[in-house]
Amino acid sequence: MSDPVVSRATRTSRIAVVVALLALIVLAAAPWWAGRADMRLMSEIFLYLSLASLWNLMAGYAGLVSVGQQAFVGFGGYMLFALTVFGGLHPIAAILLAGLLASALSVPIASLIFRLKGAYFAIGTWVVAEVFRLSFAQISALGGGSGSSLPVGIVRSLASSRSGREALTYWLALGAAAVVILSVYLFLRSQRGLALTAIRDSEVAASGLGINIWRTKLEVYVVTSALTAIIGGLIFLQKLRISPDAAFSINDWTAFVIFIVVIGGIGTLEGPIIGTIIFFALREFLADFGTIYLMVLGLVAIIVMLKAPKGVWGLVRDRFDLELFPLSYRVRLDQDRKKT
Amino acid sequence: MSALLSINGLSKSFGAVVVADETSFEVRAGEAVGILGPNGAGKTSLFNLIAGTLRPDAGRIEFADSDITETSAARRCKLGIARSFQVPQPFGGMTVFENALVGATQGADLSGREAESHALTVLQETGLLPKANVRAETLTLLERKRLEMARALSAKPTLLLLDEIAGGLTDAECGALIESIKRIHAGGTTIIWIEHVVHALLAVVQRVIVVDFGRKIAEGEPGRIMESREVKEIYLGVDPDA
Ligand SMILES: Nc1ncnc2c1ncn2[C@@H]1O[C@H](COP(=O)(O)OP(=O)(O)OP(=O)(O)O)[C@@H](O)[C@H]1O
Ligand SMILES: [Mg+2]
Repeated sequence: MSDPVVSRATRTSRIAVVVALLALIVLAAAPWWAGRADMRLMSEIFLYLSLASLWNLMAGYAGLVSVGQQAFVGFGGYMLFALTVFGGLHPIAAILLAGLLASALSVPIASLIFRLKGAYFAIGTWVVAEVFRLSFAQISALGGGSGSSLPVGIVRSLASSRSGREALTYWLALGAAAVVILSVYLFLRSQRGLALTAIRDSEVAASGLGINIWRTKLEVYVVTSALTAIIGGLIFLQKLRISPDAAFSINDWTAFVIFIVVIGGIGTLEGPIIGTIIFFALREFLADFGTIYLMVLGLVAIIVMLKAPKGVWGLVRDRFDLELFPLSYRVRLDQDRKKT
Repeated sequence: MSALLSINGLSKSFGAVVVADETSFEVRAGEAVGILGPNGAGKTSLFNLIAGTLRPDAGRIEFADSDITETSAARRCKLGIARSFQVPQPFGGMTVFENALVGATQGADLSGREAESHALTVLQETGLLPKANVRAETLTLLERKRLEMARALSAKPTLLLLDEIAGGLTDAECGALIESIKRIHAGGTTIIWIEHVVHALLAVVQRVIVVDFGRKIAEGEPGRIMESREVKEIYLGVDPDA
């Protein structure tokens, strides 16, 4: 018997790479073919896609079911304002620095909330986010409870023309989504990612096989928090206005994100992508119906959780044995080769 | 030969349920030891204590001449202790091959092709190679039990803890399992095996330890132990659960 061969790419995944690259090129050219409103919508989609991928890594893989990531979205947003207005930094530098600061901040927060298990952990993350919201509402230099707008001079420092600014913020959102998804993919594909996937499926077995659960979770928490803050900075660079309620909104930055991940398929790389598409399709479709839209979202979430706990992607994958991102290993055995 | 594992006065209870009661014993390097005892005697708990899933209330565990009583489960695996779970804990969303690869990369610290080929060897040994690409959550209970053994082996343990892996097998399957465990043992791996399928256990081990209510009630050469009054009471006489 000759040795089995181990490989990772599948035919679907090779096609997916080509499609993804083509899509990226077309999307990058949007300033030349899309209207202003379309570009704003697409930016929002990219930023939500990023938030969802990050939350999925943290909750779906590392088992850290946080309902408080708005703490880092809002922190990133406020740091953009504070570091540009008072620190004199360029907005992009401010956003990157916000990520760094968030990672530093996430370590003491983790040492506090990692002691909590299950529902208590979730509540802990929410309490932390509320503390953030109340604290930033106290800072009068940043507009206190009513918030503030990004000064015109700083907005202009991005690009002198309005269309130039819009193109730039659009590219930043697209780039952020591409970087987030690529990083999550490369991480999951690595040996550490294999360990994290094992944690997703069974913590007790993972620790029995030599995986340091606590350290792995901490790393994931720190990295996702930092990237979430960067996305937060980009979100408020689009909005140009910030207030504590908008920055630390549990609805906007956590509830919708959880919806996206659960609908798409938690604990899979493809899930957040599918979920984001479904979420925005529903939102655009139901936009005219006002609050009914939220009720429909809730209904969809309940139906999917009952009928397809692994989300839409789980259904598709189980049925067609598909994989867009080549994470799995395939062992090619003798008899397989004879068949092909 | 010196002791690879030594347990000294180990105690653990869950409220009123005593799962280890000042248990002491030693296992020498290269030995194969069987553990017998009725349901609920504390056998799996003993493995949990040795593997680090459970912390003792009192007592000491030494492995390869160092005190590991306070060592984490992950660290113990790196030191050379790997176990199978009685109630299988597969990485359900990962393929069978990936399950083994986790042990090879994380437990045995291999990487790249070396890790892959070790994982394949282990699947070959446990007869799981034809299932390599199947997601573990789709396996039957018997296959999951075999995966437990494969995954433990993938970490290249010096001490292998097997918890009831022979139940429910046909005679032929059981025979194959016995041969497989004998090969692993002959390769130099020290084995502690909890098993209710006594004839399978006796085909492999050189020594048996009998526990009941967390206490070690007998220990010694299999033939003599199986003839002892304590064991006959447990296996033929009174049912402690009744
Ligand atoms: N985490 C726990 N919390 C509370 N009680 C426990 C726990 N783990 C085990 N027990 C109890 O301890 C006793 C011993 O359990 P254990 O699993 O060690 O027995 P066992 O000898 O392996 O039994 P079996 O042959 O049925 O596998 C049982 O009564 C069980 O219910
Ligand atoms: Mg047991």
